[in-house]
Amino acid sequence: MPKAPLFRQITDFAHRADPYPLYEELRRTPVLHEEADGPFVISSYWDIEALLHDPRISSDATNLAAAGADELSHSDETGGLPPSFIRLDPPEHDRLRRIANRGFGPPRRPRRIEGMHGELEEIVAGLLDGLGDARQIDLVDQFAYPFPVTVICRLLGVPREDEPRFRAWVDPIVAGLDPDSRTSADSARAAQEARLQLGMYLSGLVEQRTREPRDDLLSDLVTSHGPDGSMTMMEVLATAVLLLIAGHETTVNLITNGMLTLLRHPDVLRRLARDPGLSVRIVEELLRYEPPVQIVPQRTCIADIEVRGVIIPKGSRIWLMLAAGNRDPERFKDPDRFDPDREDIQHLGFGSGVHSCFGAPLARLEAQIALAALARRLENPRLVADPPPYRQNAILRGPRHLEIAFDGLN
Amino acid sequence: MAGDYLDRLRREGRIVIVGASLAGLRAAETLRAEGFTGELTLIGDEPHEPYDRPPLSKSVLLGMASPRRTELPHRREIDAKWRLGIAATGLDLAAKRVRLADGDEVPYDRLLIATGVRARPWLKEDEARLDGVCLLRTRDDAADLVQRLDAGPRRVFVIGAGFAGSEVASACREKGIPVTVAERAGAPLVGALGGVIGAVAADLQTENGVDLRTHVTVTGLEGDSIGRVRAVHLSDESVVEADVVVVSLGSQRNTEWLTGSGLGAGPRGIACDAGCRAFDFRGIVTDDVFVAGDVARSPHALFGYQFLSLEHWGNAVAQAETAAHNMICHGADRRPHLWMPAFWSSMFGVNIKSVGVPPMGDQLMITQGSLAERRFVGVYGYQGRVIAAVTFDNARWLEFYARQIERGAPFPVEYPTMDRRPENRQPVAADFPDPSLPTHGPTVTLSGYSPADQQLVFHPARH
Ligand SMILES: Cc1cc2nc3c(=O)[nH]c(=O)nc-3n(C[C@H](O)[C@H](O)[C@H](O)COP(=O)(O)OP(=O)(O)OC[C@H]3O[C@@H](n4cnc5c(N)ncnc54)[C@H](O)[C@@H]3O)c2cc1C
Ligand code: HEM
Repeated sequence: MPKAPLFRQITDFAHRADPYPLYEELRRTPVLHEEADGPFVISSYWDIEALLHDPRISSDATNLAAAGADELSHSDETGGLPPSFIRLDPPEHDRLRRIANRGFGPPRRPRRIEGMHGELEEIVAGLLDGLGDARQIDLVDQFAYPFPVTVICRLLGVPREDEPRFRAWVDPIVAGLDPDSRTSADSARAAQEARLQLGMYLSGLVEQRTREPRDDLLSDLVTSHGPDGSMTMMEVLATAVLLLIAGHETTVNLITNGMLTLLRHPDVLRRLARDPGLSVRIVEELLRYEPPVQIVPQRTCIADIEVRGVIIPKGSRIWLMLAAGNRDPERFKDPDRFDPDREDIQHLGFGSGVHSCFGAPLARLEAQIALAALARRLENPRLVADPPPYRQNAILRGPRHLEIAFDGLN
Repeated sequence: MAGDYLDRLRREGRIVIVGASLAGLRAAETLRAEGFTGELTLIGDEPHEPYDRPPLSKSVLLGMASPRRTELPHRREIDAKWRLGIAATGLDLAAKRVRLADGDEVPYDRLLIATGVRARPWLKEDEARLDGVCLLRTRDDAADLVQRLDAGPRRVFVIGAGFAGSEVASACREKGIPVTVAERAGAPLVGALGGVIGAVAADLQTENGVDLRTHVTVTGLEGDSIGRVRAVHLSDESVVEADVVVVSLGSQRNTEWLTGSGLGAGPRGIACDAGCRAFDFRGIVTDDVFVAGDVARSPHALFGYQFLSLEHWGNAVAQAETAAHNMICHGADRRPHLWMPAFWSSMFGVNIKSVGVPPMGDQLMITQGSLAERRFVGVYGYQGRVIAAVTFDNARWLEFYARQIERGAPFPVEYPTMDRRPENRQPVAADFPDPSLPTHGPTVTLSGYSPADQQLVFHPARH
């Protein structure tokens, strides 16, 4: 049987536990284009980095020549709500991101994230204490998922108790990113519907914050009147949906991939248990070595561009293989080694350029605190299954469960 | 044998670095990192350990950092002999010795000159001595200026609206201090970025409450009976009362100590080849004297082999690293200093960055954003090529334009870009002042290069 085109293998679940040999193969054709309507797949570090800073590259799906035909980036962003800024280009993108940032970081709220340090430690301690006498846990369901959800709820001002409700909408939205082409039409519809539902749910909270602002990000989004004006109600909702989802569906994988990697490198885990400060380097190296966002699939070009001698015609779909770039030997020495002592870890884990991750300071802090606490408190932790079972998703890649056995809690 | 000599040099040679600041320190670190185990001496006339200058006109003036706390972080142990607080006063190329102000002589096998530049003082010495007339180049300058700003002056007067002067004006406004800026050209930053961008900088200043006076020169500083400055006289016959005057007229290269040494050193700096080896005054390259940082002028292949003097932080670091590498390696392993010129500044809440050599550009195109919103990318063209780019609050695109410069991409920029505004489809004149008119220091200066231009007559330094 002839092998499927390489780009279709990216979405093949068989590669989920270890996609890196496939990525190595991809890098041999740095600009891979196998079918007329197929994407241009870019896999080497410098090319990805260059395209993320190229003003002819667009995140706006309406610039696609064949709109809607993309199985990786189909329309989870339509369905009643306008696209959020991750799917917009400058100047709209910049305007919305600046307004959102007024509540999130410098210059107006320089300490918002830093100031959550103690609170994050408390949430982590609470989750670990809550494990009681258990000697085996599923790290995903009992820790890595509830932690960032609690954090993003507090940050936004969404009641934590509502999590089961919004999870019912978040799941189809994230599944809408699922690359499996057989189900794409259905899942796209389900994702659209879910996004609208989630938006409606959030609109109740937003209305309430408009009347009575509190110290949370939703209030800042609705009350912000800076030099860029304010967001419309629909823009507020689209942004809130984006933050709610981006705020935890990625971090869960960073923590889980992190613990999995540390359990596969027990020397590093032991060092972390003694020296929590090492978590800073560990998290950076994880974002290179096992990035939670493996692919940026929502790009096209607004002009014919040339990459390594290949012309990518205007309107083509472009997939940027962040995780392949992170293992590019042209860029990183010994790229397949997990080595937190690397001098230079300029990874692509958070993307780069104007769309580079908005929540990066929060994601870093969450993962640092979580991994340091796990290393310190779990006594003699062991993997129960290696590899663990993975989630279907090829973009937001991570274990669905991670069973860990241990001897006790410190 | 050359190989033997080099091995010995790396093992037990003597390397002397004159100028113990950014370039000097980074060179020392690179030497050690690349395996130099011989004797390393750093000579610096400032009494301080190497410190960083960019914060002096930014966070330090705003009181967010102390002028005493801007030491440069050390990247590694350098195990050097430090001679701080002592100036080098002469160089004997034949005997390979550096003369010091205290009469000492320091022998070397390889020498790196990284003496940088100093602020150009107010030309009338008696006026320059008035209390309240300040310069801003060193940590001590900054400490003095901060104190004066904190004392709540009635008005600060800044002479020269280049980057440094504009940053000082910005800090004053942020502190609520009234400030007047005088500029000979038509707008701030004209020397560095041209008149079109300069006009944006002018609006920024006036909107932030700066009393900006352009097309004027300062004719005199007036003191009171006890020697404090009290007013500034301008060429348009106006008089502005001020109790602090910041002279920001660009810089002068610290090369006087090399006068008569036979090195090609003068008011425009020390010329060196792309491998950082200094030229002697005949234009013949030396083998054991290297140059890096603000004091250097070196030919750049990407810019028509023009000799560039770049008073840029990143240039000092990159050139120091290249010089250090070339000082202790075999000829075949030498690297050219091919750094893409890059500069940043921040003023009035706007982040300004550039790549390439804007003053070489004759045309300008706004390819993203708009001048009116003060968020844009401007691309400079020269003879049909992209030669430089500048961003106001849009720095994340600069890398792309740096690559366009490297590739000699065509200008005007024909392809569509995101956020290209309809009014910006055509290039306009970048509007740099006639280079024969002196303006306060553009941060990049150019001088022609062709073998035929070379003068064999050496003119001693006249600053
Ligand atoms: C206020 C200010 C703001 C700046 N802001 C920016 C910015 O935003 N972005 C940017 O890119 N660049 C900026 N710069 C420029 C940047 O600081 C310089 O490019 C950098 O300092 C150059 O380093 P250098 O080691 O070559 O020279 P210098 O830092 O000038 O060091 C030369 C050293 O040699 C010493 N020396 C001179 N003569 C002798 C002698 N005969 N004997 C012994 N020692 C001697 C000097 O005293 C000095 O300590 C700024 C500079 C200043 C002053
Ligand atoms: C480990 C955790 C995370 C990873 C690996 C990650 C990764 C990324 C990546 C790769 C992008 C770029 C997408 C693109 O270029 O199209 C991105 C964008 C974004 N991220 Fe994250 N993210 C993480 C956590 C978070 C968190 C916690 C938040 C919110 C609080 C967040 C909010 C966003 C937003 C809003 C964008 C869009 C930015 C823009 O378009 O300007 N992310 N993220």
